[in-house]
Order: sequence, then structure tokens, then C-alpha cells
Amino acid sequence: MGRAFLAVVARDLRLAGRIGGSGALSLVFFLMIVALLPFGLGPDLNLLARIGPGLLWIAAVLATLIGLDRLFQADEEDGSLDLLSGAPAPLELLVLAKVTAHWLTTGLPLAMATPLFGLLVALSPTGMAATSLTLLVGTPALTFIGAVGAALTASIRRGGLILAVVVLPLMVPTLIFGVSAADAALGGTVPFTTPLAILGALSLAAGVVGTVAAAAALRSGE
Amino acid sequence: MRLIAEDLACRRSGRRIFAGLSFTLEAGEALTVTGRNGVGKSSLLAILAGRLRPEAGRLIAENVGERTIPECLHVVGHRDGLKGALTAQENLSFARDLLGDADLEPRAALARLGLAHAAGLPVAYLSAGQRRRVALARLLVCRRPLWLLDEPTAALDVASQDALAGLMRAHLSDGGLVIAATHQALGLESARELSVEAFRTSRADLAADPFQVDSSAEAV
Repeated sequence: MGRAFLAVVARDLRLAGRIGGSGALSLVFFLMIVALLPFGLGPDLNLLARIGPGLLWIAAVLATLIGLDRLFQADEEDGSLDLLSGAPAPLELLVLAKVTAHWLTTGLPLAMATPLFGLLVALSPTGMAATSLTLLVGTPALTFIGAVGAALTASIRRGGLILAVVVLPLMVPTLIFGVSAADAALGGTVPFTTPLAILGALSLAAGVVGTVAAAAALRSGE
Repeated sequence: MRLIAEDLACRRSGRRIFAGLSFTLEAGEALTVTGRNGVGKSSLLAILAGRLRPEAGRLIAENVGERTIPECLHVVGHRDGLKGALTAQENLSFARDLLGDADLEPRAALARLGLAHAAGLPVAYLSAGQRRRVALARLLVCRRPLWLLDEPTAALDVASQDALAGLMRAHLSDGGLVIAATHQALGLESARELSVEAFRTSRADLAADPFQVDSSAEAV
């Protein structure tokens, strides 16, 4: 069973590496949004530094959507999904493997790149570290929630927009606690760890609920 | 393994495709599913593979222990489940790790289908017939008793069709089961034939109108 899990993770990582694909694209999209914001808001460094964590989080939420529509759709189209359902391992485990590989190629690079992109919105070093840490803890929740939408829209052509409409409202709690944790690190009455712990809880809960729900959606879609 | 289908009925998009379909397949037996386009051959295979729920009836597999039917079978169909960016060998290694019951090494399986030279090529570079042969090689990298083949000879050249017939014969003599939906002779002398036409319900009179038949082919 562990062998099947590792096989799926390894295959998806290899595919992501070979096609280039969504990981690099969502990172560039993330950079684009963050780079556009100062143009829209004006070069007021104090303002940018104050709302910086929120901007980075919104950009990260939008960037997560890139590539999510292909998460299960590509497998559905070429029949790989049928292959997965014939494996002795439960479908939930294989969904978990796919989502893990997806997070490693999209969510993790976003969190790692945040200190660099924080420069564009004049974040202080503390703010960069805090935003990066909250994204590291929070992006798994975004990916797992997105996986449910991806599974629901797997058999719909051009399901990307429907996916965004279904999934974005569900990402609001993660966004709220992610930004409040990053803000707390920059000062305020709430200690940094309180919202961060809730963010971690959201990721863990999304990991369980998202995996089961996505597998159920894939089964019923057949 | 022994596969028993009892009184299967299939409904797709509100239309009854077939009903009352029963058969029993013992170890070492082959069944060819025939019938014109759109009669429900692929739907029947989808039901057997557990990907489509039958409207009525049931499927029983005996002598397979704890395993469910989808864990006892291989499917090779129109959607081949191969990733174009991965090499033939990588695709087969993945299937081997995923499905378990490892049998032949990927390279050896490809060699049996005359594709040893293409093992290191990305599947996207291969022709339709070569892709089909890579998908067929999956039958050999994992040992599973039931082979469900949907038009297995599509895009295959004569030599490969012979190779496939040889593989199926070897599988049958090993006590395996083969169910193939096909329009062509597969070179299996012992195969029984199941015509889905015989199980079409009253809507079969649609056959009088060729356009209706064509549109039902699209729907399946």
C-alpha cells in the first residue's frame, strides 16, 4: 500500500518536472499579481508594508488555483484514473498521494518564494518570515480544499472557472487566519501562535475531509 | 477464478441498452463480446470492470479470496492510461508498483510485444499501434486473472495481432480468463461468443433506422 502511495507521488513529481507544468506557472502568476499591486495602489511604502501580508496571501490563494483543474482531469482523460481505481490500495490513499505531489510542486514553492516577493511590497524581515511561515502552514489547506473542487469538475471540459467559483468561498477561513497570523507577528494584541495554531488545525482538517471528499467525488463521477 | 454474471441490465442516459444478460466464465475460458457499434459492448465491459453500476443483476467472482473484482482484472481499452511524457518503461514500472502482483520486468514485457527498442522513449513519441502494445504490456507486468480487452487489435499490425493471440493463449492455459469486445477474429479457437444484440430490449426495433443506430453509437 505504501508502495502504491510512493509510486503515485513519484510519478506525479516526475511528470511535473518533465512537463514543466503548473508549478512554475503558478509561481510566475504569483509574482505577477504581487508585482502589479504596487502599480495599482501607488508607491506608498508604509501602506504596502501594512497590507503586504494580506496581498501576498490573496495572491497565493489565486495562484493555487492555477493547475488545480488538471489535477484529476488529466488522469480522467487518458484513463489513468481507471488504473488507479483498479489498485489494491484505497482510492483515498492515492488521492492523498496526488494532492501531496501537487502541493510539493505548487504550494511549497509559493511559501519558499514569499520572502523574495515580500521585497516588492516592502515587507520587514519579520513580516517576510511570518508570511512565509503562515503560507507554509496554510497552503496545504488550500490545496486540499481545491482538490475537492478538482475532483468534482474532473469530467467537465473547461471546468477551471467552475472550480474557482466552487472552491474560493471555501478558502476564506484559511485566508482569514493566515493573514491574521501574519499581522499578529507584525504587532497587535493577539500572540502569533494563536492564529497560526488554528491555521495548522485548518490544514489538518482539510487534509482529512478533502481527501475523503475528493475520493468520493471521483467515485460518483464514474 | 470463476466469473458469474447474473441477469445484468444496463441503462445509460435514460435508455435501456441491454437486459437479462447472464454468463459464467470458468478459469481458462475466453469470451468474445460481439455486436455492431453502439450495441453496448463497451458498457458491458465497464460494468464488468466495476466502473459502471448495472441497473439490475449482479457479478460474482469465485476463488479470488478477499479481493474485489476490480483488483482481479486488467483493462485495456481506448483510453490507455499511459502518460505521454513518461517513457514506456516508466509507465510500466508505475503500473507494476501501483497494482502489485508483479510478474515480468517492464523491459521483458516490452520485449514480448516486440517493443524492447522503444523502452526508453516517451510514449508521446510512439505511434498508435506502439502505444497500444505498451498498454498491452501492462497485462504482463502484473499478474491478474481476468483480462478485459476492448478492441484489443485496434491499430495493431498483423505480427502484433499474432503476438497478442499468443499472449492470450498462454494466459488461458495458465488458468486465466479473457473477455474481449471485438469485431475481428482474435485467433482464439476455444473462445465462446456472446452477442450483446441478443439481449437488447424492445428498443431494438430502432435498428430499422440507421441514423438512430449511429447516434446510439456516439452515446456509448
